[in-house]
Amino acid sequence: MLKLTTQRIRDEASEQRLTRRRFQVLIGLVVLALLALGGRFAYLQLGAHEQYAARAEENRIRLRALPPNRGLILDRRGRVLAENRPAYRLVVVPERTQGLNETIDRLSTLVSISERERERFQVQRVRSSPFESLILKSSLSEDEVARLAIERHHIDGVEIEPYLQRFYPYGDSLAHVVGYVGRIDQRDLERLDSDRYRAATHVGKTGVERHFEARLHGEPGLERVETNAQGRVLRVLERSSPQPGQDLTLSIDIDLQRSAIEFLGEQAGAIVMLDIHTGETLALVSHPGFDPNAFVHGIAQDDYDALLSNPRRPLFNRFLFGGYEPGSTIKPFLALAGLEYGVITPDTRVFSSGAYQLPGHQREYRDWRRGGHGWVDLELALAESVNVYFYQLAVELGIDRISRELALFGFGRKTGLDLPGEGQGVLPTQSWKRAQFGQPWYPGETVITGIGQGFTVVTPLQLAHATAALAGRGQTATPSLVGLGEPVRMVIHDDWIWDAVYQGMAAVMHGPSGTARGVADLMATEVAGKTGTAQVFGRPDEDEESEDQVREELPVHLRNHALFVGFAPLDAPAIALSVVVEHGGGGASVAAPVAAALIARAQELGY
Amino acid sequence: MNALPISRRGPWAVLRLDPVMLLLLTALMGVGLLVLFSATEHDMGTVWRQGIRLGVGVTAMLVLAQLPPNLLRQWAPWIYAVAVVLLIAVAVAGVGEGAQRWLDLGVIRFQPSEAMKLALPIVVAALLAQRPLPPSTRDLLLCLVLIAVPVALIQSQPDLGTSILVGLSGLCILFLAGLRWRVIFGLGALTLAALPVLWYAMHDYQRNRVLTFLDPERDPLGAGWNIIQSKIAVGSGGLGGKGWTQGSQSHLEFLPEPHTDFIFAVLAEEFGFVGVVLVLSLYGLIILRGFHLASRCRDSFGRLLAGSMMFMFFVYLMVNVGMVSGLLPVVGVPLPLVSYGGTSAATLLAGFGLVMGLHSRRRFMG
Repeated sequence: MLKLTTQRIRDEASEQRLTRRRFQVLIGLVVLALLALGGRFAYLQLGAHEQYAARAEENRIRLRALPPNRGLILDRRGRVLAENRPAYRLVVVPERTQGLNETIDRLSTLVSISERERERFQVQRVRSSPFESLILKSSLSEDEVARLAIERHHIDGVEIEPYLQRFYPYGDSLAHVVGYVGRIDQRDLERLDSDRYRAATHVGKTGVERHFEARLHGEPGLERVETNAQGRVLRVLERSSPQPGQDLTLSIDIDLQRSAIEFLGEQAGAIVMLDIHTGETLALVSHPGFDPNAFVHGIAQDDYDALLSNPRRPLFNRFLFGGYEPGSTIKPFLALAGLEYGVITPDTRVFSSGAYQLPGHQREYRDWRRGGHGWVDLELALAESVNVYFYQLAVELGIDRISRELALFGFGRKTGLDLPGEGQGVLPTQSWKRAQFGQPWYPGETVITGIGQGFTVVTPLQLAHATAALAGRGQTATPSLVGLGEPVRMVIHDDWIWDAVYQGMAAVMHGPSGTARGVADLMATEVAGKTGTAQVFGRPDEDEESEDQVREELPVHLRNHALFVGFAPLDAPAIALSVVVEHGGGGASVAAPVAAALIARAQELGY
Repeated sequence: MNALPISRRGPWAVLRLDPVMLLLLTALMGVGLLVLFSATEHDMGTVWRQGIRLGVGVTAMLVLAQLPPNLLRQWAPWIYAVAVVLLIAVAVAGVGEGAQRWLDLGVIRFQPSEAMKLALPIVVAALLAQRPLPPSTRDLLLCLVLIAVPVALIQSQPDLGTSILVGLSGLCILFLAGLRWRVIFGLGALTLAALPVLWYAMHDYQRNRVLTFLDPERDPLGAGWNIIQSKIAVGSGGLGGKGWTQGSQSHLEFLPEPHTDFIFAVLAEEFGFVGVVLVLSLYGLIILRGFHLASRCRDSFGRLLAGSMMFMFFVYLMVNVGMVSGLLPVVGVPLPLVSYGGTSAATLLAGFGLVMGLHSRRRFMG
């Protein structure tokens, strides 16, 4: 009975002992656990402190690149050709928006956002962290800025950011020289130094902007900034200012440049005017041009397609890589070779009957004047551009001696102008033809080379450069846009040889029967020149004056190109130029007046 | 029984409070408000609100200290039943983002799972104290059922952390009640065996937390962010810390939840190892003092209940500080009496009230 109940009767003392022991176990556990925690903190805060302190700093401090201001581009008289104008752009920080797509949709009700802008935004997004601000639309109009300014505070993650936008005040008149900057794209990323471009959005794509990118760009600055976890900058800890790019003064005279374009009028073509002594390019025209400002923020696809499909090819840089047959503008250089090699003297007379035949060949190579020019010496042959004289001279020289002479003047290779993408033309030789076509050189090809037709292809720049070398008695400087070139002796001839050719070129302008007679009569100084016509279609033996009569009825795109080379003043040459008027017709009637007007303008301006 | 005259019991005994414990708690809450000020970017408004909540908690502590233990024992089944009903109500009509944890009573919103943190130990302690210790197998099984019901309800909210903590508070009493070691080890082995099952019962986000705990660098910007940033905050604090309100990790928003779950990281960053040791020591003293008080209760109900309260206080501390230092996975357990938030502090202070009240009646015989 008693034993049965003892089970039920509480033994307070033993229960207390039992729980006491359990409490002791728990206290032991607590002490051990707290010591373990202490050990953990000792490890984190004492043992690994350096490592975590460094990571805290990494967290906190970010390097932010500051874009440098791009150098200005000025003309030789200090007029600004490319500048940086304050503008506003719309930037979005994806992380801070309440739904990125909704935000963009909402913004597009305030400003027009094109498909292309959306696409570009998405491309940027892939390459960036969500805390970075990405450009949605650049170059906001005042209206857009005003509209956004009102609504912006209701839209999270959107900011209107001031920046400097490249602007080309002279627009299309210098597009082919100055070029333009554009958004940095994938290809640019591969070639650019990522450190120098870490803050940049744009890079020179063409022209001077591209060639002198390294000088114009400048050095980015760096800011050490403290940011919070969202990447928002709280304060600037340290700052090194960006180094602006160098300003660049071009040799171009914008007045002369615009006059040249004005003189070309509606016609497509190219004009190059050089300072003979320094190689400075005073005017470099490829017309029509295009508005480079449209490219700065990415041209709309439609507009770009329109430029591409425009038959007048505004994007094509004619002076730099337009290839033209030189036509009769080659004749002075042939004359120099003839005199040098003793094939002719200034007094050698040739009878022009109206046509030329190679001995033993049936084919007739015609003079441009029906019935021929009669007996002509070198001066008259140049003045009247007598084909037969030069057919014969070419044949007697042979293609290799012709090429050797032309090569001395820089034909067939780049002049070295400081612009990217220069063309080099074609300077044919026997070996060139065999390599190119696997065919021997035919004598008839030498004949037409005498009047600048056949395989020979030159750029307007080469023509001007060669003319400058001719005017400088074999000495001129490499054409340049920036800085003065050192004169280089390219060709050596005796003075009487140069004088004989100058005399002929003067007679072109001022002789009683010169092809360009009359156009330069009112000028202050005498001018030397040579007209030329490059065939676009048809027979290889037509020239200046015949053009107007024979081909006037042809559609414009089949008409010949009109060419002119020349220098002034005749007695103390200072400037040389080349003019190409595409489908202009005859060099004498179309190119020469443009050239004369431009030379007159240059002289007015003091060159 | 109450033989001693009041004059001989002293004023603290009259108030049924323990002055040592009160001093330690006040010191801890003071430090907590100091760190909170820094962690909230000098927001005095938040600090005041927390102060008021702590005041409410202290009031609850004073009230509960007066509660006769017998009354508590008698009410135990009802307290437990109400808490279970509330948990069911949460499952039916609860509110909350993602998980349903809150009950909106119009005037206040509160978490019934917090009430369960008190109710379960009370009912288990009351049950076991009815009969001699150690408990019989039948009582043991009954207790396990009493524990399992709220654990399952809370886990379904889902709130894994709280359900484990509530379960622990019940199991702890079984341990104090003298559960035989071989049963303890048996249950332990069973738990280990049940882990794979638990894994399948867990929600995806809970599994993610475990995986992230095992390898935080798995997802450094996502789920691993909290652990990594917290460790950076702690480690960069060094020996002496960066100074009060000078912590870059917390003030530049790298540290998540700096004023609630991760407030200990703020403390560690700004006061360094020295501050950590001092605060951990303060906690240690509170726990040891609590065990001391609990073990001196004369009846087993008091000992079991008070012991469980103190043990849970210790568990909260371990889980939170273990999480902050990367020893344990991220579970939403606030730092006891320091993290911003009213419910947790109120429950804890109420618990301290019970402990002190139970202790003050240590002469009481059941």
